[in-house]
Amino acid sequence: MKFKLIAGILLLVVALITACQNDGELEFKRYYTGGAAIYKQKCQNCHGNNGEGLSSLIPPLTDSVFLKKNRDYLPCLVRNGVKETVLTINSKAYEGSMPPNGDLAPMDIAKVLTFVTNSFGNRQGTITVDVVEKDLAACR
Amino acid sequence: MKKIAGAIFLLLAVAACNLKENKSKLPILGTREPVTKTVNGKQVTDTVYQTIPDFKFVNQYGDSITQNSLKGNIYVADFFFTSCPSICPIMHRNMLKVYKEFKNVPDFKIISHTIDPKHDSVAVLKKYADKLGITGNSWWLLQGNKEATYTLGQKHYLVAMSQDDGTPGGYVHQGWFVLIDKQHRIRGYYDGTREDEVNKLIGDIKTLRAEVNTEIAQ
Repeated sequence: MKFKLIAGILLLVVALITACQNDGELEFKRYYTGGAAIYKQKCQNCHGNNGEGLSSLIPPLTDSVFLKKNRDYLPCLVRNGVKETVLTINSKAYEGSMPPNGDLAPMDIAKVLTFVTNSFGNRQGTITVDVVEKDLAACR
Repeated sequence: MKKIAGAIFLLLAVAACNLKENKSKLPILGTREPVTKTVNGKQVTDTVYQTIPDFKFVNQYGDSITQNSLKGNIYVADFFFTSCPSICPIMHRNMLKVYKEFKNVPDFKIISHTIDPKHDSVAVLKKYADKLGITGNSWWLLQGNKEATYTLGQKHYLVAMSQDDGTPGGYVHQGWFVLIDKQHRIRGYYDGTREDEVNKLIGDIKTLRAEVNTEIAQ
């Protein structure tokens, strides 16, 4: 009897965990595929099909360390762009401007960032809309 | 006997291929008009093709560039501006491919006209060239009178462009790469934002160079 109860509880726990995982995976996929479409429309012309950038003019999106270190700043960067700023990416200095994307909703920013930070050799998991909204509120 | 027939057939097939290759020629584009002249008392009708007229601009090194500077060259022309957020980066990513393919070829050049000469001074163009990674004299970024640039683009290269403060970057333009031969005639238009069209351009430049060389040889 006791054995059956323990087995039942265990089974329930396992079922719950897998269900949660699937939910997380599903969410990631939704963000990622949505982000891929936004990337194509908004970012690809400059940053390239494979996030390779353009010579020393436009930085690549392949610097995982930069993306990780500046995670909190990425939503502001996408929404407000950068103006005459020097960014060091892959230990190379990039000087110039990126146009703002004021028309992107926090959800779109979350999607496109999830796409970028999980493509081109990056692997950072989902950046959710909640996180993005919090970061946007703190933009300088 | 059969073997000989096979060999002859093969030879013919190869010859036919070669014949076809020699004949491949790029079309001559733009407007044209027949001109009838009297030569030695006989009426002769000749076709006069549209050509790119002379111009005077300054390149990224501050040198004056005219039609004369391009004498004996075939070239590809496009229109851009350095602060362009839309199609220019992809155009010049593709143009870099053309540049790398032909940068050591003596009779080929690329010229990119800025449509925003107020912002794109010689110094700005030089910096852009450095960042893009282009050196030497096979790719010139040209700057000059704005009206002259627009007239050249719209009336002679037949590409559309305009200033519009409502669009990102402030200018509307198309991403055409225009191929010009040594006689200043238009020989091809290629969408500079599309990789497949730019690959076709690279092929057509080779065809055009071969064609010009045979003309000289005759």
